[in-house]
Amino acid sequence: MKKLTKTLAVALSAAMFLTSLTGCAGAAKGGDTWKIGGIGPTTGGAAVYGIAVQNGADLAIKEINEAGGIAGNKIEYNFQDDELDSEKSVNAYNALKDWGMNILVGSVTSGCCVAVAAESVNDNMFQLTPSGSAVDCITNKNVFQVCFTDPNQGIGAASYIGSNNVASKVAVIYDSSDVYSSGIYQKFAQEADNQPFEIVSAEAFTADSKTDFSVQLQKAADAGAELVFLPIYYTEASLILTQAASAGYNFKFFGCDGLDGILGVENFDTSLAEGVMLLTPFAADAADEKTQNFVKAYEAAYGDTPNQFAADAYDAVYIIKAAIEKSGVAPSASVSEIGDALEKAMTEITVDGLTGESMNWSEDGAVNKAPKAMEIKNGNYSLIQ
Amino acid sequence: MSFISYLINGISLGSVYAIIALGYTMVYGIAKMLNFAHGDIIMVGCYTVFTIVSTLSLPTWLGIIVSIVLCTILGITIEAVAYRPLRQATSSLAVLITAIGVSYLLQNVALLIFGANTKSFTSVVNIKALKLGADGGLTVTGETLVTIAACLIIMVVLTTFVNKTKAGQAMLAVSEDKGAAQLMGINVNATISLTFAIGSALAAVAGMLLCSAYPALTPYTGSMPGIKAFVAAVFGGIGSIPGAFIGGIILGIIEILSKAYISSQLSDAIVFLVLIIVLVVKPTGILGRKIQEKV
Repeated sequence: MKKLTKTLAVALSAAMFLTSLTGCAGAAKGGDTWKIGGIGPTTGGAAVYGIAVQNGADLAIKEINEAGGIAGNKIEYNFQDDELDSEKSVNAYNALKDWGMNILVGSVTSGCCVAVAAESVNDNMFQLTPSGSAVDCITNKNVFQVCFTDPNQGIGAASYIGSNNVASKVAVIYDSSDVYSSGIYQKFAQEADNQPFEIVSAEAFTADSKTDFSVQLQKAADAGAELVFLPIYYTEASLILTQAASAGYNFKFFGCDGLDGILGVENFDTSLAEGVMLLTPFAADAADEKTQNFVKAYEAAYGDTPNQFAADAYDAVYIIKAAIEKSGVAPSASVSEIGDALEKAMTEITVDGLTGESMNWSEDGAVNKAPKAMEIKNGNYSLIQ
Repeated sequence: MSFISYLINGISLGSVYAIIALGYTMVYGIAKMLNFAHGDIIMVGCYTVFTIVSTLSLPTWLGIIVSIVLCTILGITIEAVAYRPLRQATSSLAVLITAIGVSYLLQNVALLIFGANTKSFTSVVNIKALKLGADGGLTVTGETLVTIAACLIIMVVLTTFVNKTKAGQAMLAVSEDKGAAQLMGINVNATISLTFAIGSALAAVAGMLLCSAYPALTPYTGSMPGIKAFVAAVFGGIGSIPGAFIGGIILGIIEILSKAYISSQLSDAIVFLVLIIVLVVKPTGILGRKIQEKV
């Protein structure tokens, strides 16, 4: 017993000694690296988004590091999984803080982003969410968005359907238990009053009843809808498309960026998604040189075609770079000082990215850029000119 | 016309709940435990069919058979490894917690093997949708027909099995009094294993029907239908086979009709409200007392 205590004491003191060593090393090195953390679901139902963001940001960081970093300072990158769970997202945030993060790219999804923002504001950590689109994500002054806010998506969708005469009778199926979905729906319904089409049925579902959509679809059919607006994520949308097809309904479907990824559902009959329209700021088959270079590099590195979430994350890193260069802040500054400097710089910069030309930000953190409409044709997303 | 359509959809959804609820109710009736891993056996069954039919491109009938056999073996194994050692435990909570543990284990193993991405399940039913009514306004999908038919067949076969065969009689005896049954020379362990085998085979069938109608397959596919089916079993009177059947069908119909006529987002709240009312009025569930034989 005595021997054991002794061994334990030696082991413990050795461990403490090592810890103190690594502590020193970290402090000395902290002066010349930016530590960018990322949070998102790389497993779970929304894994497609999390993995895309993880890779998109990784690609941009590698490019910047190869080109010499931001004003000579290299970037270190650490991405944590939150499994689409707010609590795990906050845990991931704390883990990243322990790691020494200066700047946060995340969280990927709205619900998690809101939860993390409530924590990050206490540290004044500069937070740029690539894809958290709820308005609540940016209520704190330290959080900015790369993607559209939900209201903007709802308004954009309604005005697109109206001004292009896509349909005159519209049904909506939305997830009332999800901020993203219900946020878009509310603004869509408001904007619809100013548009030449009519909402003939608006039906909800919740996280606990998201398998059977027969009622919602039948109500849409009974109300004579030509188009069903789906401000939801692609997993449920794939179910809706399948059930609509097996019941013999012939709707046109229209969605927002949450539908991006529907073609990636394994074993999904993509012919069901033929003709589905969605508003999303990025298309992998767009012809411009910037998009083509990005798609090529992404495919080479990760063996997958990037979706808009990858593009959002790629832009996010370059936006951070632009803001750092504008403010001239150094990585050795405290988290809060970096936060103050970048929050000011964000309202002054204009960035040309993959997801929009001349993106700029207002003080409330929302981005200003124009949406693009796409249609699924021959199993691919293609831009509607 | 649309009311009939809602009703048919409700019966179809209720039939899936009923088949799952049979597994809950039989296990409860005989082993006096709630097998919360039951919902996840459904998921295992679905992934088995998916792997065989969609990934390996083998015929559908093979997928169905392998899935049923695999789930049966899984059910027996879970019972033997996780539940049997705890049967003499002083607190019935021990085995309940173990069941929840097994449930998480199955979900996480599936997560590890198949990943979290949603997989689209290919329907095992190959029947075209029926168009009824003068203007073809009533559509009944092939999955709906097969689900309702399967539920009725299973119900009849199971009732006959329990009442007419020796093994079925043994089940009745064990459910009434385990100790006395053992004294009469009934092998209690074998009878409980048989119950788990039947329950798990039914879970595999329910899973295939569920995923054919609602083809999004994830490691968590079985958990929510599992909980709803458990509610159905309590609703109908847990321990009673006809009770599970009636409870499942009623639950499905209430869920669909409340979605259609009251509110699409409050349907779950209404389902549970009805459950509370039923339990207040009749604490043993709809058929909990009338039926003498508890299986």
